[in-house]
Amino acid sequence: MSDRQPVVELREVVKRYGNFTAVQPIDLSVEAGAFVTLLGPSGCGKTTTLRMVAGLAAPTAGDILIKGARVNDVPIHKRNLGIVFQNYALFPHKSVFDNVAFGLKYRKVANPEIAKRVQRALDLVQLPQMAERLPNQLSGGQQQRIALARAIVVEPDVLLLDEPLSALDANLREEMRVELKKIQHQLGIATIFVTHDQSEALAMSDKIIVMNQGRIEQQGSPEEVYTRPRSEFVARFLGNSNLLDGRVLGRADGLLRLAVGGLGDILAEPDGVLEAGDGASLRLVVRAEKLRLAASPTPEADVTNLAGRIETVDYQGQSARYFVTVGAHSLQVINPIDQRPHAEGAEVSVQVRARDIVLLQPE
Amino acid sequence: MAASDAEAPGMRPWILMSPALGAVVLLLAIPICFILVYSFWLRSAVGSEQVGFHLDNWVEVLTDRFYRDILLQTLRIAAISALLCILLGYVPAYFIARSTTRHKTVLILLLMLPFWISYIIRTMSWINILGVSGALNVFLLWTGAISEPLQILYNEGTVILGLVHFLLPFMILNIYVSLDGIDPNLVDAARSLGATGWQAFLQITLPLSLPGLAAGSLLCFVLGAGTYITPMVLGGPRDAMFANLVFEAIITQLDWPLGSALSLALLVILGSVVMLYTRFAGIGQLAKSFR
Repeated sequence: MSDRQPVVELREVVKRYGNFTAVQPIDLSVEAGAFVTLLGPSGCGKTTTLRMVAGLAAPTAGDILIKGARVNDVPIHKRNLGIVFQNYALFPHKSVFDNVAFGLKYRKVANPEIAKRVQRALDLVQLPQMAERLPNQLSGGQQQRIALARAIVVEPDVLLLDEPLSALDANLREEMRVELKKIQHQLGIATIFVTHDQSEALAMSDKIIVMNQGRIEQQGSPEEVYTRPRSEFVARFLGNSNLLDGRVLGRADGLLRLAVGGLGDILAEPDGVLEAGDGASLRLVVRAEKLRLAASPTPEADVTNLAGRIETVDYQGQSARYFVTVGAHSLQVINPIDQRPHAEGAEVSVQVRARDIVLLQPE
Repeated sequence: MAASDAEAPGMRPWILMSPALGAVVLLLAIPICFILVYSFWLRSAVGSEQVGFHLDNWVEVLTDRFYRDILLQTLRIAAISALLCILLGYVPAYFIARSTTRHKTVLILLLMLPFWISYIIRTMSWINILGVSGALNVFLLWTGAISEPLQILYNEGTVILGLVHFLLPFMILNIYVSLDGIDPNLVDAARSLGATGWQAFLQITLPLSLPGLAAGSLLCFVLGAGTYITPMVLGGPRDAMFANLVFEAIITQLDWPLGSALSLALLVILGSVVMLYTRFAGIGQLAKSFR
C-alpha cells in the first residue's frame, strides 16, 4: 500500500432517513496518520458521517473505503476500528483491565500478550495503576483515558472520536486536548474527530472539514479555514466575524476600492477567483481581531481608517471585545489590551489592512 | 437554628415520614401482630377460640410432614413458574426496550392491559380454553385428531400455566426496565472492538440486565408462592399450594389460630427469600421497576 492512498475515503456518500437527508452527497478522505476534524453545529451530519464510517449506520448511496477496500457491506466488528464515545461507554461491569483487553480477546491474542499490550496502553494514557478498578471508581477524565486506551490497544486502522471531550469540564478538556493529540501523533493513527467546538478543531486538526446541513462547506488546514473562509457560514461559525455588503468602485495600486453602505469606502485585496468588475456586489468578511482600534488615523496606503465610537467594552483579561459604532454599523473588535482597554464612549479610529479582508460572492 | 425550635433537627425526617409510617403500622404491622397473637390461641371443640398461649398450632405446622410437603410443592411450582417467566419474558422485554419511544408506550400499555381484568376471570378463562368442552378440545374433535375430549385441566401443569399467565407481565416489566437503562453505546463499543452481535449480547447486554432478571424472578417467585386462586381454579386435589391450606383452615374449618400460624410460616419463609435477595442484589433494583 502506498503512503498516498487515503486510509478512509468517502465517495458520493448519502444518508437519508425517510424524506430527511442527513448527509448530502459528500466526498472526503483521511490520509495516513492525519487528524481530520468534522466540525459543525448539531444536526449538520457530522455524527451521521462518523457513524457510517464506523458501520453503525448504512449509507443510502455512495461508497466508503477503508485502506482502499469498499466496506459498505463489512459489518462493524470486522472493520478494525477504535471508537471513543462522548459518554465514554466503558463497560460498567468489567474492570479497567477487562475493558481495555476486550478488543484483544476477539483478535485471538494470547493471554500473556494481552496483559503486556493492556499495560502498554494504560502506560500511554498515564493510568498504569488502574487496571483492577471498575469504571465508576474513576473520574470523568480517567474514564476518558481508559476509553482511549481501549480504542487504541487493538491498533485500529482508524480512530473515530465522537465529541470525546465535551463531557469534561473546561480545564480538563484543554489538558486532554493536548494529550489526545500527542498520543495520536505518537501512534500515527489516522483519526476522524467529530466536534462542534471550533477551538478544539483549530487546535488539534491537520485538516478541518466544516459541515452544515449535511453538506461540506469547506475543508482545509485550520489556518486556511480560519483565515480564508469560503462561505458566510464558515465565516460566522469559526471565530468572530463582521459581515458587510460592498460594491466595487474601482482598482488602485492592485487594491479594490469597495463602497460599503452606511460605512464608507474600504480597501481590500482582490481575490483571484472572484468576478470583481466595477459595480460587482461582494460580501466582506472582517475578523474581529483584524480590526485595530487606535487613537488617530494611520497614513499607511493599504489601511482603511474609519471613524468610530466605542459603545461597549467587554473585558476579557488579555484582550477586550468592543462594539464600535461606525456610521450605521456596529462592528465587533477584539484587540489585545495595551496597559488598559479603550474607554467606553471614546472616539477612535478603526483600522483594517486590505489583505485582512476576505471577499465572498453574495449568497 | 434557634435552640428553642421545637422541631429538633433529628425529628424532621420522622415527621415527614409519619403519614407513610402511620399507614404501614396501621395496615400492616398491627394486623400482623394480631395474627401472631391468634396463632397462639386454640380452637376449641365447639368452634370458639380458646384464648391463651399455646404452642400446639406451631408444633403442628412445624412437625407435620403434610405441611412440609405442601410447602416444598409450593416452592417448586413458584420456582418453575418464575423460571418459565424468565425464558418467555426476556425476548418480549428486549423487543420493547429496542423499539422506538413512540411504540414503547403502546407496548407497555398493552402489557398492563391484563391487569384491568380481574385475576380470577383471567384464571377462569383457561377453563373455556382447556376444559372438556373448551375451545381446544372442540377444535381437536372437529379436526378429528381425537375422538374423546382430552382431560388437560386440573394438574400441576395447568397451575403453572395459570401462574405464568399471571406473572409474565411482572417479569417482562422488570427485565425491560434494566434493558432500557443500558446505554446503547456500550453495545456499539463492543461491536466496534470486534464482538459479533451475539457476543456483544452475551458479554454486555445479558450481564447488565441480570439485576432486572433477579428482581423479576423474586417478584414472580414471591407472588407465585403466595397464590391460592390459581391452584384452586386450575389445579387438581393434589395440587394445593401453601396459601390454599391457609384458606382451608380459616374459611372451611374456621380454625383461625391454625390458619394464622400457617400464614405466618409462609410470611417468614417468603420474607427470608426477599432478605436473601436484598443481601445479594439490593432492594433498590426492585424499586426501580415501579418508578
